[in-house]
Amino acid sequence: MEWFKKKKIKPSFSPRKVMVAEGMWEKCQNCKEIVYKKEIDKNFRVCPKCNYHFRISADERVRIVADEGSFQEADADLVSTDPLHFKDSRKYRDRLKEGENLTGRRDALVSGEARIEGLPAILAVFDFRFMGGSMGSVVGEKIVRGIEKSLALKVPFISFSSSGGARMQEGIISLMQMAKTSAAVSKLGEAGVPFFSVLTDPTFGGVTASFAMLGDIIIAEPKALIGFAGPRVIEQTIREKLPDGFQRAEFLLEKGMVDMIVERRDMKKTLAGLIRFFRNEHG
Amino acid sequence: MSNYLDFEKPIIELETKIEELNQRASRDGNDFSDEIRRLQKKLGHLQKSTFSNLTPWQKTLLARHAQRPYTLDYIALLMDEFHELHGDRVFGDNLALVGGLARFQGESVVVMGHQKGRNTRENIERNFGMPAPEGYRKALRLMKMAEKFGVPVITFIDTPGAHPGLGAEERGQGEAIARNLHDMSRLRVPIVVVVSGEGGSGGALAIGVGDRVLVLEHAVYSVISPESCSSILWRETSRAEEAAKALKITAQDMSDVGVADRIVPEPVGGAHRNHKEAAENLRQALVEALAELKSIPVKELVESRFQRLRSIASYGSTP
Ligand SMILES: [Zn+2]
Repeated sequence: MEWFKKKKIKPSFSPRKVMVAEGMWEKCQNCKEIVYKKEIDKNFRVCPKCNYHFRISADERVRIVADEGSFQEADADLVSTDPLHFKDSRKYRDRLKEGENLTGRRDALVSGEARIEGLPAILAVFDFRFMGGSMGSVVGEKIVRGIEKSLALKVPFISFSSSGGARMQEGIISLMQMAKTSAAVSKLGEAGVPFFSVLTDPTFGGVTASFAMLGDIIIAEPKALIGFAGPRVIEQTIREKLPDGFQRAEFLLEKGMVDMIVERRDMKKTLAGLIRFFRNEHG
Repeated sequence: MSNYLDFEKPIIELETKIEELNQRASRDGNDFSDEIRRLQKKLGHLQKSTFSNLTPWQKTLLARHAQRPYTLDYIALLMDEFHELHGDRVFGDNLALVGGLARFQGESVVVMGHQKGRNTRENIERNFGMPAPEGYRKALRLMKMAEKFGVPVITFIDTPGAHPGLGAEERGQGEAIARNLHDMSRLRVPIVVVVSGEGGSGGALAIGVGDRVLVLEHAVYSVISPESCSSILWRETSRAEEAAKALKITAQDMSDVGVADRIVPEPVGGAHRNHKEAAENLRQALVEALAELKSIPVKELVESRFQRLRSIASYGSTP
């Protein structure tokens, strides 16, 4: 930040130059360092200074995990019908529109067939920017359809969660998506088709309390916040400050809730290794 | 009766007046029968108009009524025998979720449910009916036992939600709920779910996957409490009443979206006014549900339970 201070004496930058700078540089939320954006991008959207894993879009996730050009998106046409005609301080329909403008998707989950080091799998990836990755009818349905595709093709189902939980705006129908997706996972188990659940920052509420905690293998990204109740709700309930590192991936690993923590740069090869294990082909 | 809700007040007042007249009549030997009859008629109308037009928020308050029958009340009123079983065999026993072996209409059942307390001491003991993971794991243990011995399961839902706390998180609250949803969806015995009071989100659903879902007339079932919804979406806590309406949480709403199979009528004025009558209404519904399910082959039972969940959706398609 030194260069910033120096310029205080003689403010030589124009607003336009700041915009350029903003596009080229990015501030790490964790270590507060200003880092060259290209460097972060090259590093799988992980801070090269402190290893903080930035939240990424579903598209970026697919790009990192799937073989280039292998992803075939499914069910992209599904949209919420706003069954409750829900309106709080804003209309649900407007929130959906905003999510669509932010992500270019119709809801918070992107799913489809892909290959990972040449091995086929079904991916289901949350985009947190779309209404906090909340699970309503469309997300639940797409997860179940993804699972059904996995069953049909006998290939692993891999989810990447990033969600605040069940979507309030669809009321009880959202709650029931927890049961629906969990029941669908049981079909995978019956058929002996593996399910890898990757928990990324943040994963909470009705997603944690359903399919996401039911993976045969549960993987978390470093430092990801994962829990059932949100930290603020817990603090209000127990009326004390939560310990450092509470609900972080490392905390979950220590408590026995996840199988492993995998850095983003290693995610693809880890998943490929797991797929090979479960394929159990000679050689 | 000191414990009543605002909208119950005119009814309670009228009842008190009738009671006074009755007492005066028997004490003084005066004949108030015309007046009493008139007031009783008025009372009938008032009860009917009040309770057939309750707002979702009023129903929420009724569902949380401190005198409402709780799981152990229903068990005492409905079951011929009950052996409470404790503990998850891993960590501990949780008193916010109770369960055990019972005899119902001459047959064995495994019964369980959330349990609230009626006063501060009880509520501390029961954690206001908010289970920790070991509560859900105890519930699942009992369900597995039911499966092993081929007896049906009856669950009662009445909770503000799963407990949000440090220990609960450490011990995997999310995993415990998820595991129940998963295993209940394939349990090889009939499951009848009774939403008897407050159906608070995932903590309610965790014992709520079943073949038949019966909802009491004034019970509510919601993805989030109206209060939390208000503070998150309106960013103020005072909009709970609006949130209750927007969330569509009543028994009728459950029936409309196919979550509830049957609405069980409550005594006039709500289940808390007459526990026995509430339990008898429920008995009838339970007998019928269990009889229906008994005749279904296990494989078919489990598959239709899955299809029931599979079909809960509301989406469209735009190219
Ligand atoms: Zn950093």
